[in-house]
Amino acid sequence: MAQAFTKAMARNIFYGGTGFFFLVLLALTFQTHQEWPELDNRQAINDVVTLGKQVWEDNNCVGCHSLLGEGAYFAPELGNVYLRFGESTDAIKGFIASRPVEGIPGRRSMPQFNLSEEELTAIAEFLKYVAGINTAGWPPNIKG
Amino acid sequence: MKYESQKVAKLYFIAAIGLFVGQILFGLIMGMQYVVGDFLFPEIPFNVARMVHTNLLIVWLLFGFMGASYYLVPEEAETELFAPWLAYLMFWIFLAAGAATVLAYLLVPYATLAEVTMNHLLPTMGREFLEQPTITKIGIVIVVLAFLFNIGMTILKGRKTVVSLVLLMGLTGLAVFFLFAFYNPTNLVMDKYYWWWVVHLWVEGVWELILGAILAFILIKTTGVDREVIEKWLYIIIAMTLITGIVGMGHHYYWIGTPEFWQWWGSIFSALEPIPFFMMTVYAFNMVNRRRRNHPNKVAVLWALGTAVMAFLGAGVWGFLHTLAPVNYYTHGTQITAAHGHMAFYGAYVMIVLGMISYSMPLMRGRELCNSVRSQSLEMWSFWLMTISMVFITLFLTAAGILQVYLQRFSDNPMDFMVVQDKIALFYWLREITGLIFLIGLIVYIASFFIGQDEPEATVEPLK
Ligand code: HEM
Ligand code: HEM
Ligand SMILES: [Fe+2]
Repeated sequence: MAQAFTKAMARNIFYGGTGFFFLVLLALTFQTHQEWPELDNRQAINDVVTLGKQVWEDNNCVGCHSLLGEGAYFAPELGNVYLRFGESTDAIKGFIASRPVEGIPGRRSMPQFNLSEEELTAIAEFLKYVAGINTAGWPPNIKG
Repeated sequence: MKYESQKVAKLYFIAAIGLFVGQILFGLIMGMQYVVGDFLFPEIPFNVARMVHTNLLIVWLLFGFMGASYYLVPEEAETELFAPWLAYLMFWIFLAAGAATVLAYLLVPYATLAEVTMNHLLPTMGREFLEQPTITKIGIVIVVLAFLFNIGMTILKGRKTVVSLVLLMGLTGLAVFFLFAFYNPTNLVMDKYYWWWVVHLWVEGVWELILGAILAFILIKTTGVDREVIEKWLYIIIAMTLITGIVGMGHHYYWIGTPEFWQWWGSIFSALEPIPFFMMTVYAFNMVNRRRRNHPNKVAVLWALGTAVMAFLGAGVWGFLHTLAPVNYYTHGTQITAAHGHMAFYGAYVMIVLGMISYSMPLMRGRELCNSVRSQSLEMWSFWLMTISMVFITLFLTAAGILQVYLQRFSDNPMDFMVVQDKIALFYWLREITGLIFLIGLIVYIASFFIGQDEPEATVEPLK
């Protein structure tokens, strides 16, 4: 690089650019917080959903599944599973409760988590809440 | 090696390599489970193997960064480390905490672990990459703070170079952004939004400062190019990194319940993120071409050039591939993501740590400048075996991803997720076989520490 462009200039671009774009991020974050009430389905959050998220986390469901496209890619997307299962929380509960302990020979199997009735209801309600989040039209179709 | 206390790095590097082996073994277990679904079920369910694989990756890279810092900072500051005893103490605490956490993943059901570590008091578990019990996370914070203190005090009492300053900024950012791991609201959208402040602002932000600083150090040492030149490049590269990468975080805010303006901000800024990676490649080759000396540690130079190229391919090219919102709409959360994640992590962070080990380990083991020709050529073999395997792993996962996107999301008659997985199994087999070659490469790498050690150091013709 030519003499005209000095190390001091490079350093100033670094500090100035970083500072400026961090402020831009903060501004966009502020705007995001303003728009969230319309998008994030917060009105659906209650004690049952809160317990449901805890069940989701305590069993590391995201270690196999994706949720809104984030997580693992070993098992189906669950952000829209409530819709895929015909908007039935009972179908979700039945599926989770009926997983065989020893798995299905030769196939990818979901573990049997031995959830209580209360936990089953909670996780299903949590997934119903997630299905109500406005995701800008994602996923492209019901398959997830 | 100029300062006795630099030697603490050795322990950190040995642990890093050991955990790397563990990471790959669990990667291979998962790769098998992808095609033989009931492999090791229910003893090691997929999610457990995945936690072990990814957490070991992060922990060994942290060991690597710490070791690199303990080696690099005293030499740059021209003074002994502030408190070597603290570095040793933190090493054992970190290793014990890491080992205990991984063993707990393997030995008890995750829900039990959440219960006994009282996750409900401050729920932070059960999120990707942040699966560690809250108590482990607090331990990580303590270890990192003690480490930062040690490094910071060393810099404070010695010479302050741009390289160690950039390194310190990167490490401080690493600590600061990790704190978002403790924020976990029930509101899933807010949870996800700030989860990325750990993950994205790490790998596409502050970690790149660490990468840049270590690379600059290796280039200064092996090429003898004027420090002023290298430091100018370093500043401009990390400037571009943060100018593009901070707002580039928007590429994760397209479909998770965030406003749609992020599709514009994320697409535009993240599309520019390859620029600093490209500059890094140009600069690394430039510095080596303009070298003032021929350094006999050829394999260290190979890693340095390799990391520049592979980081550009994995992060720059494979990142760009799926970063524009209209593309990401189809590829989000598929094997395309996994393909990119693998090559980017390998190119940017695995290779820089191995490069630093390659440069410094011979010196810590009592060599003047480098290993013997025999050790070095073995290590070069491992470089090519691992790097070429990683290229093919990425290519096979990309092929699987394209088919997955087409069959499941794009075609007129979209198929179920599990049906599609069966149809693309061939590529998962190819990935697994290539993974085995990667493991062989890693074994050769480890062998290079033992073979040829009793032979004389390699020499080179001086530069004319
Ligand atoms: C060589 C043998 C390897 C195999 C067979 C392997 C296999 C896998 C598998 C099956 C997954 C889970 C994908 C899913 O969620 O469905 C995974 C995730 C991951 N692996 Fe590996 N891996 C290997 C090596 C590596 C290496 C060397 C690195 C680091 C450089 C790495 C970094 C990662 C990361 C970052 C993830 C998370 C990816 C994401 O969330 O998109 N793996 N690996
Ligand atoms: C060394 C730097 C980088 C590393 C280590 C890295 C690693 C990763 C990993 C592991 C993921 C998966 C996260 C998850 O599990 O959800 C990911 C996602 C992603 N990365 Fe990177 N990345 C890097 C740089 C980049 C760059 C420079 C770009 C853009 C040009 C990029 C674009 C993306 C995108 C768009 C996603 C989201 C994929 C999806 O929607 O599923 N990455 N990255
Ligand atoms: Fe990102």
